[in-house]
Amino acid sequence: MKSEPQYALELRGIEKSFGSNAVLKGVALALPSGQITALLGANGAGKSTLIKILAGAYQRDGGEILVGGTPVEITSPLSAASNGIQTVHQRIDESIVPGLTVAENLLFEELVQGGLPPVGGLRKLLPRARATADALGLGWSDAKLRLDVFELGIADAQLLVLARALVKKPKVLVLDEPTSTLSQAETDRLFDVITELRDQGVAILYVSHRLSEIQLLADRLVVLRDGQVKDRQSAPLDMNQAVRSMLGEQVLVETEQTGRRRSDRVALRLRGVQLLKRSTPIDLDLNYGEVTGVVGLLGAGKSELARGIFGADPFRTGTITLDERPYAPRRTSDAVRAGIYLVPEDRVAEAMLPGWSLTRTVSLPFMGRVSPLGVINRRAERKRATAVIEDFNVVTTGPDQPVDALSGGNQQKAVVGRWMSGQPRTIILDEPFRGVDIGARRDISGKAREAAAAGACVVVLSSDVEEIREVADRILVMVEGQIALDRSATDVDAETIMTSMSEAR
Amino acid sequence: MTKSLTPLSREDKASPWVKVQDGVVKYGFLAVTILLFAYFALTEPAFATTASIFAMLKFASVTAILGLGMTFAMVVGGMDMSIGSQAGLAVQMAAMTMVFYNLTGGTAIAVVLVVGLVVGLVNACLIVLCKIPDLLATLAMMFVLQGVKLIPVSGQSVSAGMVLRDGSVAPGKFTAAFLQIDRGTVGPIPVPVLIMLVLAVATWFLLSRTKWGRLMYAVGANPEAARLSGVRVGYYRGLAYVLCSLFASVGGLILVSRIGQGDVSAGSSSLLEAVAVALVGTSVLGAGKPNAWGTLLGALLVGIVLTGLTMKGFQYYYQDTAKGLVLLVALLFSYTMSRKKVRYSPAT
Repeated sequence: MKSEPQYALELRGIEKSFGSNAVLKGVALALPSGQITALLGANGAGKSTLIKILAGAYQRDGGEILVGGTPVEITSPLSAASNGIQTVHQRIDESIVPGLTVAENLLFEELVQGGLPPVGGLRKLLPRARATADALGLGWSDAKLRLDVFELGIADAQLLVLARALVKKPKVLVLDEPTSTLSQAETDRLFDVITELRDQGVAILYVSHRLSEIQLLADRLVVLRDGQVKDRQSAPLDMNQAVRSMLGEQVLVETEQTGRRRSDRVALRLRGVQLLKRSTPIDLDLNYGEVTGVVGLLGAGKSELARGIFGADPFRTGTITLDERPYAPRRTSDAVRAGIYLVPEDRVAEAMLPGWSLTRTVSLPFMGRVSPLGVINRRAERKRATAVIEDFNVVTTGPDQPVDALSGGNQQKAVVGRWMSGQPRTIILDEPFRGVDIGARRDISGKAREAAAAGACVVVLSSDVEEIREVADRILVMVEGQIALDRSATDVDAETIMTSMSEAR
Repeated sequence: MTKSLTPLSREDKASPWVKVQDGVVKYGFLAVTILLFAYFALTEPAFATTASIFAMLKFASVTAILGLGMTFAMVVGGMDMSIGSQAGLAVQMAAMTMVFYNLTGGTAIAVVLVVGLVVGLVNACLIVLCKIPDLLATLAMMFVLQGVKLIPVSGQSVSAGMVLRDGSVAPGKFTAAFLQIDRGTVGPIPVPVLIMLVLAVATWFLLSRTKWGRLMYAVGANPEAARLSGVRVGYYRGLAYVLCSLFASVGGLILVSRIGQGDVSAGSSSLLEAVAVALVGTSVLGAGKPNAWGTLLGALLVGIVLTGLTMKGFQYYYQDTAKGLVLLVALLFSYTMSRKKVRYSPAT
């Protein structure tokens, strides 16, 4: 007999369609126990659909799912759990229950299923909750466990959701971009936990866009493109090959540090601006004709900087001048009128309107321009949308398609494109590459550089050093509401940036 | 791989039922309206006469106008609970202007519209500046207005020749011109029906063809995304409530012209009717969002049902049940059967 590795989970010929759109076309995937399998794919490749089938949120149209060699049906999240499959989703707000304490959230399943005494209150839960948290090495105090879960930071909430998935000792753990909201230290801690779980024999499916993480963690990798598996590798992993399979025909160009330019025409002059509640006010000049990349960890004050300039959350202190004239935006419409735009961090919550077509989404900020005397010129509006679709290569059935139906990368292109179509004088992109595939990332950063070349003041905010190095002419490192480093992109290396980012203040 | 062909054929198998379901959601309500109309027309000879139809339209006009007002509030994701008592206030203000102060019908109309504007602005301030959730702010306003209109008239209905608090007889009466608001016709069309149609067209145009309407829908769909697109969210929310109040005032004017006195209980049933027809409107043609034509059709359907039932000899006390069932059917269409997510959910 041939010695087959024992697979904890095996998928054979999985198919799934939405309407006439075939998303998964016969996907085969096997997860061995005690190994980390990375799943890669550009946006729209079918990753999310595959994960949702494993989680019991979608039903497959065809194919087989085997757990430990036995065919199973996963019809609901509950049946996924009873088959030993746990999924930690990207969106944590869907997995926590606000209004309950951290402890209650940790033990939520048991609370619901009645495994805990109905009376007795929080005090009786605490020891169990503490044990659960300690199993993950969280070391949370009782005071923390008593907090309302909403008072937890986003990183802690992420760890809580993971801890909750582990309560039931899963055989298969699916992690969907678990690090997208974590800082470096938190990511490291999470990796320790993941590696330990692997050593305990859990089969892990790790979904991420971050190649460095995959290189660090994964034993095997699977690349999905257009609903089919295009590449399978076991260690040693060839990331270059993986990216090629992910992108298809496209040729991978190395990031070059050429064509970078600096400028000294000041657009915005910030003086004495306080970014965080207890931080020292800063002075900062942002220039026309260059891309300023602001890199910093979560909570470093990047979004506060962006939202202050855009008038969404005006600065507590300090003054701003725009083209040497005072500029004090009290609301977002002031900024838009001045030609200062913001592409916000959270695409779904902050930029998209459910059910709105591409046309309406694109024209929303510029209704005045497409509606002389208030009456909408629908042809002008459509033309605007069509131009954005062509300009940014948005993959869509047309300008009437609802934005929600697009893949993440294409949604982001549409959202960035709509602001770019309004001749920005200053445009701030807050985490524009989050949850976006490499192709879309190239398109967006290319457009950002074009806008700067055309004279605009472009600011890109990110917590990813490589993303910033790829796009920026000038690099600012932000630490706890302060500027820790300010250099031309050409004379600073990744190492220096990293060191500066992690400097304690 | 030959497997990639299968998903398409699977879709073909599923589509007939899905198409039927979509068709039902989209045209079901229109079909129900036409079927009911045909049923009443065939079984009651008096039903489909011109006179009867205009009477029905006239009857539906106040509900339709208040429903259109409510549509604005629902477009921005809210609801105006004070709409009925605003109509009632309009009734009282018009009656007082003419009966107590012996002023003209034109003055009464002006007074009512100004009062409506003021109430709308107060609502807008409470919701936008004081940040009270709209359902609660307008609920409080509903009570306040219900009480306020009773104070100057000592809780009595205002009619010509009534004895005032100081013992004198009220000097004025409803002017003939004012009474023509309800009774007049332009050609064969009653004036209230004309007002209803004009306001429906205006509402449709404002909501679907102008930037103001578009931005109101944006505010209702995702206020934070709208704000970060440079939309002045507070302004458009406030505008919706002001428009709602103005529509309520117009509805009140027609109502008071119809009853010919300042009835203290006028408008009390209007809130639920306005909410109902605007909600019915969200299901018409599968719109999934509040819209002018839907609201108008909702009001007409309610009118058809009530007129038909009356002709069939049902007593007035069957009417609320009938209205409730119409609303329920509409909600089943838009929430239960529709695969599209409904854009209006009064979560506040």
